[in-house]
Amino acid sequence: MFSLEGATGLIHQWLYSHFNPTMALLTEFALVGLSAITLFALLGLSLVWMERKVAAVMQIRLGPNRVGPKGIFQTTADTLKLILKEGLVPDGADKLIFNLAPFVVMIVAMLILAPIAFAKKFQIWDINIGVLYLSAISSLSVIGIFMAGWASNNKYSLLGAMRSGAQIVSYELSAGLSVLSIVVMTGSLSINDIIVSQQNGWWIFKAHIPALISFVIFIIAVTAETNRAPFDMAEAESELTAGFHTEYSGMRFALFFLAEYINIFIVCAIGATLFFGGWMPFHIGHWQSFNHIMDYIPSSLWFFGKTIGLIFLIMWFRWTFPRLRIDQLLNLEWKYLLPISMFNLLLMTIVAIMGWHF
Amino acid sequence: MFLTNYIKEVYGAVKSLLKGMRMTGYYFTHHKEIITEQYPDNRDTLKLAERFRGEVVLIHDEKNEHACTGCSACEIACPNGTIKIINKFDILPDGKRKKAIDTFVYHLELCTMCNLCIEACPTDAIKMAQTFEHSVFDRSKLTKKLNNEGSKLREGVE
Repeated sequence: MFSLEGATGLIHQWLYSHFNPTMALLTEFALVGLSAITLFALLGLSLVWMERKVAAVMQIRLGPNRVGPKGIFQTTADTLKLILKEGLVPDGADKLIFNLAPFVVMIVAMLILAPIAFAKKFQIWDINIGVLYLSAISSLSVIGIFMAGWASNNKYSLLGAMRSGAQIVSYELSAGLSVLSIVVMTGSLSINDIIVSQQNGWWIFKAHIPALISFVIFIIAVTAETNRAPFDMAEAESELTAGFHTEYSGMRFALFFLAEYINIFIVCAIGATLFFGGWMPFHIGHWQSFNHIMDYIPSSLWFFGKTIGLIFLIMWFRWTFPRLRIDQLLNLEWKYLLPISMFNLLLMTIVAIMGWHF
Repeated sequence: MFLTNYIKEVYGAVKSLLKGMRMTGYYFTHHKEIITEQYPDNRDTLKLAERFRGEVVLIHDEKNEHACTGCSACEIACPNGTIKIINKFDILPDGKRKKAIDTFVYHLELCTMCNLCIEACPTDAIKMAQTFEHSVFDRSKLTKKLNNEGSKLREGVE
């Protein structure tokens, strides 16, 4: 049976038997970087197409249908257009920061990729504080947005960036607390341990009601953190033209656009890892034969399937819910999500101590 | 009391959001009715809504007769001077003078398709047509004469 673990093992052995250890390590770094960039490009192309199709079908439209069968080459054509477009820098802009900002956003997205387990034993970096690392790095992307908004020398951009800051500061809290509730159940911060602890069932089933509440809070908070509708205050097409990336064009704009979709993928991957067991197949308690059948599906398929399911959920939100105003957004966090998630964490702790989970 | 209201609010919010998601989810799973018109491809079979307003036309029947008495109600009703009616006076056999239209001038380039002229018309002589491919290379082509050559008022319309 094909497994990504075998492929990486083979490459690792071949490199170490043909080169000295330093060279082999450097080559591995380069390969990992290259595959991360490839993954990003593919994700950007496919997720944008998926978003447009999902939006179209939910609004009883057809969506892209001209370029290629069912319009699958539409996003490729769009990317080509963006590459050929002139990247304009406004006169009043702070040139260095303006040019740096899209790369900061992209690099942050790339850093979060490190501890995510894509398949069984297929992980860039297995650290014992994976969850802490994730929550620490994911709040850094607002710095890139801030740089973009500030350096543009444009009132709309600055307003968008400020809103984005307010949003991240508040929603980071409830996202952190809901992640913490899973850490309470597992007793470990390592991504690998969290996945292994879901061997006999995913946490969303095993820890029943509190896990469900924290999953709902998590999905709301990450929608806000990735600046997507209904929480797209930073972009706010209808009020701020495009918020922090009003002044960006061409490839720099494409990087922001790509980073948005990469971030969606990453937060959904985290959600799938914490609540739906990452690459762990669907197991029910002690049904040995059923579990064995489920094991035959490759672990990478499980991971990507769950992640795409969550991405679909977030897209579903976007095309259903009305947008919030900035004060309503902060009300929702501080008056509703934060108290509920604190109470839920308490509940989760009681469940964990009393052993009421399965 | 506060706590009950709080829980009620959260419950109501979650319920209404789920209701919305059910609606869009229904559309997502029942992919039958599509409102997109693939216009240049389906030009022959294109179906427009009944109340679609393309341009104002003067209705002529097969005997080349229309119902316009030249009362200028449409011209007065028009908010931006799209319609200009030029009248003439026919001399009837008994020596009376009868008002009739000479030219019904319609400036398509000024028209906003507001439908006020059609509502103002006492004899229902004009209506909104479904045509919409109006682009031309010369602006003067958009100034139209709506009454046909040699047409006259239908008998019995006052």
